[in-house]
Amino acid sequence: MDLAIILALDVLNGAASLFLLCVGLAIIFGMMKIINLAHGEFVMLGAYATVIATNAGMNIWVSMIIVAPLFVGLVGLLIERCLIRFLYGRLVDSMLATWGLSLLLIGLVTTIYGNTMNGVPTPLGGFQVGEYRSSWYTLFLAGMAVSVMALVYALLRFTRFGLIARAVMQNPNMAATLGVNPSRVYMITFGIGAGLTGLAGGLLAPLSGITPVMGAAFIAKCFITVVGGGATIISGTLTASGLFGLVNQLGAYFTTPVYGEVILFLSAILLIRILPQGISGRFFKGMS
Amino acid sequence: MSLTRRYFLRSTAAAASVTALASPVFIRNAFAAEPILVGSLHDQSGTMAASGSPMVDSLKLGVEEVNAAGGLLGRPLKLVHYDTQSNIQLYSQYAQQLSVRDKVSVIVGGITSASREAIRPTFDRFRTLYVYNTLYEGGVCDRNMFITGTTPAQTVAKLVPYAMSKGGKKVYIIAADYNYGQITAKWMQKYVKENGGETLSVDFFPLDVTNFGPTISKIQAARPDLILSALVGGNHVAFYRQWAAAGMKDRIQIASTTFGLFNEPATLSAAESDGIIGTFGYFEELTTPASTAYVDKLKKLSRGIPYISELAAATYEGFNLWVEGVKKAKTIERLPVIEALETGIAFDGPSGKVVVDHKTHHVSRNTYLAVVKDRKWVVTETFPDAQPLDTAAVCDLVKNPNDNKQYEISL
Repeated sequence: MDLAIILALDVLNGAASLFLLCVGLAIIFGMMKIINLAHGEFVMLGAYATVIATNAGMNIWVSMIIVAPLFVGLVGLLIERCLIRFLYGRLVDSMLATWGLSLLLIGLVTTIYGNTMNGVPTPLGGFQVGEYRSSWYTLFLAGMAVSVMALVYALLRFTRFGLIARAVMQNPNMAATLGVNPSRVYMITFGIGAGLTGLAGGLLAPLSGITPVMGAAFIAKCFITVVGGGATIISGTLTASGLFGLVNQLGAYFTTPVYGEVILFLSAILLIRILPQGISGRFFKGMS
Repeated sequence: MSLTRRYFLRSTAAAASVTALASPVFIRNAFAAEPILVGSLHDQSGTMAASGSPMVDSLKLGVEEVNAAGGLLGRPLKLVHYDTQSNIQLYSQYAQQLSVRDKVSVIVGGITSASREAIRPTFDRFRTLYVYNTLYEGGVCDRNMFITGTTPAQTVAKLVPYAMSKGGKKVYIIAADYNYGQITAKWMQKYVKENGGETLSVDFFPLDVTNFGPTISKIQAARPDLILSALVGGNHVAFYRQWAAAGMKDRIQIASTTFGLFNEPATLSAAESDGIIGTFGYFEELTTPASTAYVDKLKKLSRGIPYISELAAATYEGFNLWVEGVKKAKTIERLPVIEALETGIAFDGPSGKVVVDHKTHHVSRNTYLAVVKDRKWVVTETFPDAQPLDTAAVCDLVKNPNDNKQYEISL
């Protein structure tokens, strides 16, 4: 029984981290069809922002939840204005450009902060479940995932900006004739996507070894999750990260971490074969 | 392509002009003191950069010192360094360049066992002397190379009994999933058994695993007294953080063959790392005069160096052993230098006296056991003149100088 609770917490942890990591990418990819290969580096920037702010004496919660998304969001805006806005509708070009961008970001951070490892300690302690222990931070991550989900949903569903953004994503020309400036909407949406990715980096910073190349570990899993989730942002990302989090964590527990990864990728291939439009392409059509 | 007259004329003309251009260089070099070229292959970017950068700095220090003292055999040394960018393909490519194009006298480098095995055959084929300075899983038997890093008999054999005395007899092993981790895990199992312990489970992790939640649950379910870790790289540091976050740190002892090779103790908080046990051939915290002098010099040369571990110290010692070999051989020719080194040449380095072992081409050296306290290592035990017994059990280059393979332990 205790073990079942601990395993459930592991799955929750896997799914919540995956959701946080993917939701920014889902917004950028799902809404603007930009394949952002620098996604992992946005995570890395968020983690660095957290470490640097914390080491400069800032409260760790402030640096994780406010500094990291704000900083990466601003970086995202800058990148959108200088690079991405020329690439809408050019899928392959956007891949090449963002790949170059990821190398640039790695190079910049390496030059400034060196090739060494950084980190901040994990806040909150552990708690006891029978004979097992787990960390409060796991539950905090899950809580953050739920809040991010609620926020993004409310933003897209109930605000004027959300309505306009969805309209622009569906048909930019029609939206433009109605007096909307699509370029501005794209810019803000990209900034939000980048900011959420920065938040994920900040939240995972206390659990990771932070190096300039850490982004590489996330990028493949994020794309698989977003593609597996399909076109709708919230429901797609949520179901896909839940599914892959479950498969990966239980796979790693019952076999070995090596097979945990193998099982994850195998199930992703199967999923895409059966549901080429992703989970939400089949089950949640038309939702945001 | 058929050989036309025009093509023939054009290519001979090109060849002639190349010769004409090259000859002044040749003449000039023949009269000036031509530098001796020392090749270096280390990762300064990518995932292995944190290991490679201090090694390069340490090698530069060695070269500078020799040049400041008037060079070697009356000739200055020149470092030919390539950044291999944590990419095995570049290792192979640059290894060829160093041997064939640059024609260096010796190559110092290679970090992971994977990179070493990628370039070792190249240096054998082109007969270029090779010095490898990373702690590794042991067993390489190759007369063309010298190995100065520690092997399991020098470190793991000392670590396991000590850690078992602190933790207990039931052991859980976690290791990186490539040749280093796989073979080191076997040595760990062997030493655990020899010391009367029991290995509960051995888990391997691909280098890009970042979420250790299931593993931490699995370890708790197995209830070990001791965790032996051969995890590698930045992503794997996450294990120690997530372990501490779950509040497990003071419940089960951790000992590692890899933790602290970079700046891990300084990166993690004291709460996350206090009490972790490690064994290496060198720690920056060693207070011997040779060690402090070396640390001062290296930090002066490279201010940003985060931590000076066995990797940097062994690189310095490996390079200097080669220098001693050349001095004794009075030539930079490969075979005489190998024969000179085989006479048991010694060098007093930052870690103490390092002596080349003829039989294995490894070294006997001091190894040290240390425990993390307040984000620093505290060296608690010294094992003087630790021998590379693991490799000596299988490799005898005195009897079979043509042997050329890596022996693996079988359980």
